[in-house]
Amino acid sequence: MSVEAKVKQIIIEQLGVSEEEVKNEASFVEDLGADSLDLTELIMAMEEEFGVEIDDDDAQKILKVQDAYDYIAKQQ
Amino acid sequence: MTEKRVVVTGLATINPLGNDVDTSWEKLIAGESGIGPITQFDASEFTSQIAGEVKDFNAADHIPPKQARRMDRFVQFGVACAKQLMEHSKYEITDENAKRVGVMLGVGLGGLNTIEMFHSKLTSAGPNKISPFWIPMLISNMAPGQVSIFTGAKGPNLVFTSACASGTHAIGHAFEEIKTGRCDAVITGGVESTITPMGVSGFTALKALCSNRNEEPTKASRPFDGERSGFIIGEGAGLLMLESLESAQARGAKIYAEVVGFGSTGDAFHMTAPREDSEGMAQSMINAIEEAGIETGAVDCINAHGTSTSLNDKAETGAMKKVFGDHAYKLRVSANKSQTGHLLGAAGGMEGVFSCLTLDKGIVPGTANYETPDPDCDLNYMGSGSEEYQAEYVLSNNFGFGGTNASVLFKRFNG
Repeated sequence: MSVEAKVKQIIIEQLGVSEEEVKNEASFVEDLGADSLDLTELIMAMEEEFGVEIDDDDAQKILKVQDAYDYIAKQQ
Repeated sequence: MTEKRVVVTGLATINPLGNDVDTSWEKLIAGESGIGPITQFDASEFTSQIAGEVKDFNAADHIPPKQARRMDRFVQFGVACAKQLMEHSKYEITDENAKRVGVMLGVGLGGLNTIEMFHSKLTSAGPNKISPFWIPMLISNMAPGQVSIFTGAKGPNLVFTSACASGTHAIGHAFEEIKTGRCDAVITGGVESTITPMGVSGFTALKALCSNRNEEPTKASRPFDGERSGFIIGEGAGLLMLESLESAQARGAKIYAEVVGFGSTGDAFHMTAPREDSEGMAQSMINAIEEAGIETGAVDCINAHGTSTSLNDKAETGAMKKVFGDHAYKLRVSANKSQTGHLLGAAGGMEGVFSCLTLDKGIVPGTANYETPDPDCDLNYMGSGSEEYQAEYVLSNNFGFGGTNASVLFKRFNG
């Protein structure tokens, strides 16, 4: 499974959304209905899956699905 | 202000006998048991390896997956059971009435499952890997909180924590809330899920659990029997819709029973043992009967706490003799825990449901495994199965660690 596919799967599971909703330009808060606790948990799930540490400053810049793909791709 | 009459207009339960009211009642009056080997964790090293587990419960059948994942099992039971209750009562919560509808639930312990899971995570992965949901998942008042979120009830939102008496206390206080006119309806009862390694080891350490009948689980819970040797841990939920009579009549609701009295006392005695003179238990029953304004001789059925522990069953029998005198021998005494195990904070809720059905159906459930006489327990506990008998009153007792006692008196509704 590609990094992108893995991130997408985490987003689907954590936010309880459908695959179709997880478009690259989708905003976690505005389009996928996430609140601040959802985002914290999403970041932790990605940290666990990819064995990375995402510090708070970086986490606050992950606003859209594409941001998450880019961030994890860069860490890899 | 005139006091309101309070009636029960809906029932719901998820318990070791069944995941709905009809299935549970049929199995209860048939004398069946919901107790078996523990499947929720590997109990092979534990002294007590049996429990009254809820079977085939899939939270996703009732709750969207994202929300369900953020609920401890006791909260999942609460939300699923509340949905059942709204269907059964046909009560519609609207913008107009929402603030007059409360949610008052009993929870004995709260999210033990969650505490154990995240403590393991803390020790294995460190303090920065704990989910932001772990505290909202474990706190006991998340049960009424989530029920409110799912039903829209905006009245008083509270949890009652008085160990094994929690559910009965919740029903009693819900009754008073409607009686005094502060609410028109209250979703009440109890929820609990603590069949976990910490839960079972804790009750084992207290020597409260039966540990000598792992091979014959359906025989292990034997309230008032001479060979009883401790309680069997259970889990589940039992909810009742309490409503003012005028609200129920205005919407033409089916009425299952009337609530006419509530008693609540403290023992001032011991952390876990009941008083030998049964004073607190007896006074709890007396308070409920006095609030109803009836003679003790009018009460014909007791839905007993009846845990199958040596101390409780002896003390509760003593309390019934203290309250009723010679009339105690004419009472029909049922101990539902003989078939479900002890649902702890949910016990009063589930047994409240069964008490209302006793009045509504004209059938009194018995006490399974009551076979061997004990000179300390010499009342009519009825034995396994059930009896066709139209009860007029059922007094539901539950008592808890800390020396806390609660009794709710249900009456057959006859207009």
